[in-house]
Amino acid sequence: MLGFLIRRIIQSIFVMLAVALIAFMMFRFMGDPVNSMVAETATTEEREAVRERLGLDQPLWVQYGRFVARAAQGDFGLSWRNARPVSTLLAERFPATAELVLVAAGLSLLVGIPLGILTALKPGSLSAQTLQFVSLIGISLPTFVTGILLILVFSVWLNWLPSFGRGTVVDIGWWSTGFLTVSGLKALILPSVMLCLFQLTLIMRLVRAEMMEVLRTDYIKFARARGLPNRSIHFRHALKNTLIPVITIFGLQLGGLIAFAIITETVFQWPGMGALFIQAVSFGDVPVMAAYLVLVSLIFVVINTSVDLLYAVLDPRLRADAARAAH
Amino acid sequence: MTLLTVEDLTVTFPGRRGSVNAIENVSLSVEPGEILGMVGESGAGKSMTGAAIIGLIEPPGHIAGGRITLEGERIDTLPPEAMRRIRGRRIGAIFQDPLTSLNPVLTVGEQLIETIQTHLGLSRAAARERAIDWLRRVGIPAPEARIDTYPHQYSGGMRQRVVIALALCAEPRLVIADEPTTALDVSVQAQIIALLRRLARETGVAVILVTHDMGVIAETADRVAVMYAGRIVEVGPVARVLANPRHPYTEGLMASIPRIGPRPDRLAQIEGAMPRPHARPPGCAFAPRCPHRFAPCVERRPELRGTAAAAVACHLTTEVPA
Ligand SMILES: Nc1ncnc2c1ncn2[C@@H]1O[C@H](COP(=O)(O)OP(=O)(O)OP(=O)(O)O)[C@@H](O)[C@H]1O
Ligand SMILES: [Mg+2]
Repeated sequence: MLGFLIRRIIQSIFVMLAVALIAFMMFRFMGDPVNSMVAETATTEEREAVRERLGLDQPLWVQYGRFVARAAQGDFGLSWRNARPVSTLLAERFPATAELVLVAAGLSLLVGIPLGILTALKPGSLSAQTLQFVSLIGISLPTFVTGILLILVFSVWLNWLPSFGRGTVVDIGWWSTGFLTVSGLKALILPSVMLCLFQLTLIMRLVRAEMMEVLRTDYIKFARARGLPNRSIHFRHALKNTLIPVITIFGLQLGGLIAFAIITETVFQWPGMGALFIQAVSFGDVPVMAAYLVLVSLIFVVINTSVDLLYAVLDPRLRADAARAAH
Repeated sequence: MTLLTVEDLTVTFPGRRGSVNAIENVSLSVEPGEILGMVGESGAGKSMTGAAIIGLIEPPGHIAGGRITLEGERIDTLPPEAMRRIRGRRIGAIFQDPLTSLNPVLTVGEQLIETIQTHLGLSRAAARERAIDWLRRVGIPAPEARIDTYPHQYSGGMRQRVVIALALCAEPRLVIADEPTTALDVSVQAQIIALLRRLARETGVAVILVTHDMGVIAETADRVAVMYAGRIVEVGPVARVLANPRHPYTEGLMASIPRIGPRPDRLAQIEGAMPRPHARPPGCAFAPRCPHRFAPCVERRPELRGTAAAAVACHLTTEVPA
C-alpha cells in the first residue's frame, strides 16, 4: 500500500511539472512581457535593465525552474490587470467554487445513486422508465440551456430563487461561506442543480447498468439460493460491488465538475474561480490564467490519487495486489 | 416420510415463437439422507429441475404444472417470502463454479455468519463460532484465521469447500449440488465428492447430485435419475441401473462410462443429438436416435411407469412382453 502511494505521488509530481511547463509557456506565447512594462520610448539599455531585473535574460530552463519553485510556494506573481497577488485573488474566489462544486457533487451522489438503484431493481416499472427517459434529456441538453431554463422558471416566473450571485456570505477566517445564511443557501440551489445535472444522470445510469450486471452474477444467485433477504442481497451484496466502478468515474467527473463550473459561474455570475478565469482570458491576464491552470490540475491529480486509494481500500482483490506489488 | 416429492413438474418459458417447456412432466422423489444422482446430456433440464425445486426459476420462466412437496408441505405455490425462508434453511444449493459463487468484497466469515444468522437466529458471536466450526468440518486449515480472509485468497478447491459450508451451515434437509466439481481440477474433484459424501453421512442431509461423471454416480449415489430432453426417462437404484439399464438412452449412457471425459455432451455410442426444446418430436424424444425404435415410439410419448423408487419411460418395457 505504501509503495503504491509513493508511486502515485511520484507520478503526480511529473504530471504537475508538465502542467507547470504549459503554464510557463503561456507567458512566452503572449509576446515579450517587457513591452508592456516599460514606456514605449525606453532605450535598449533601459529595456535590458528591466529584462535583467525580471530574470528574463536567463536561459529558459532556469526561468522555468524559478517559476516552478515559486509556484510550489503558491506565488504566481501579480495580476496584470489589477496588480494584486494572484494567489490572493484565487484564495478569495476559491471558497465560492469549492462550495458550489461540493454541493453539486453531493447532490449528484445523493440523488443519482438511489435513483440508479431504484431503476435497476424495478426495470420495468413506470417510474423507472420515466426516469430513464428524463435522464436521457438530462444527459443530452447543454448545461447552459438547463441553467437558463432554471433561471426562467424559478427566478423570473416563480420568483422563488435568486438568478445571480452568492447571496449573503459569512467570513470564517479567509473562507467566505454561503452555508450559514438563508440567502446564501437559496443562492446555491439553482447553480448547483445546473452543475450537478449532467453528473447526476451519468451516475444514475452508471449505477443502474452496474447494478443490473451485478444482480446477474453467480454470487448473487448463490446468495438468493441461501435464502438471504432481498434487503441484504441488494444493499449489502450487490451495492458494494456496484459502487466500486462508480467511484472511479465519480472521481474523474469531480474534476469535470470544476471545469464545468466555469460555465455555471458565468451563467449565474457566481464569484468563483471559473468567473475569474473567464475575466482573465478576456483581459489576457496570463499570471491568473497560469495559476488557475496549475491549481485546477493539482485538484484533479489529488482527487484521482485519492480515488485510486479509496478503490484499493474498497476492493479486497486490489488491496492484495497492491500489497504484493509493494513487497 | 419422503423428504421431497416432485410430481408432473413442467417449467415453461414464454418466447417470441411460442412458449417452450424447459422440463416436462418431471416426477421424482428423494428420501431423507439419500443421495440421488442426476445425469443427462447438456440441456436435458437437470439445472432447471433444481431451480424449480428451490424456487429460483428466472423470469419469464415459471412452473406451468405439477407440484413440489417438501416434508409433506407443498412448496411450489408458496409466496416468495415463505419460499426464501426455505432456501438455505431446508433446501441448500451448491453451484458449479466456486470461483464466481462467492462475493468478492465480503469475507468468507461475513458470508457464513450472515447465512447462519438469517436462518438460525444466533448471536453474532455464536454464529461466528459455528462458521469457524463449519470451515473446519469442510477441511479448511486454520479456520480461525482464514475466516476473516476474502474468497480470492483461497484456491478453487478451497473455495468450493467454502461454498459447501455455506450451503450446509443452516442445516438444510436437502442440498442440490449442480455439477459441484465440473469447474475444478481433476485432482481436486475426487476430494470434493468425498467431502460431500462424508458430510451427507454425518449430517443426514439428502443430496441431489447433478453430474456428467458416471463414475461419480456409481461411487456416490444411492439412486440415479436419467434425464433426456426435459424429461426423466429412467430412475432406479444405482447398481441396478448401471448393471441393467432399461431405457435405451441409459444403455447408451452406460456404454460411454469407460470413456468418461469431463463432459460427454455427445455420446459416441448414440448417433445424432438431443432435440432442442422447441423441436421435440411428438412421440418419444429419444426415438430418432433409438436403435430399438418401433411404431408406438413416434406416435405417443411414453409415460414414466413404475414405483417412485424405480421407473422407466419407454414403450419397449410396457408394449413388448419381456
Ligand atoms: N432462460 C431460458 N430461457 C429459455 N430456455 C431456457 C432458459 N434456461 C434454460 N432453458 C432451456 O431449458 C433446458 C434445460 O436447461 P438446463 O440448464 O436445465 O440443462 P442442464 O441439463 O442443466 O444442462 P447442462 O448439463 O449444460 O448444465 C434447455 O433446453 C435450455 O435451452
Ligand atoms: Mg446445468
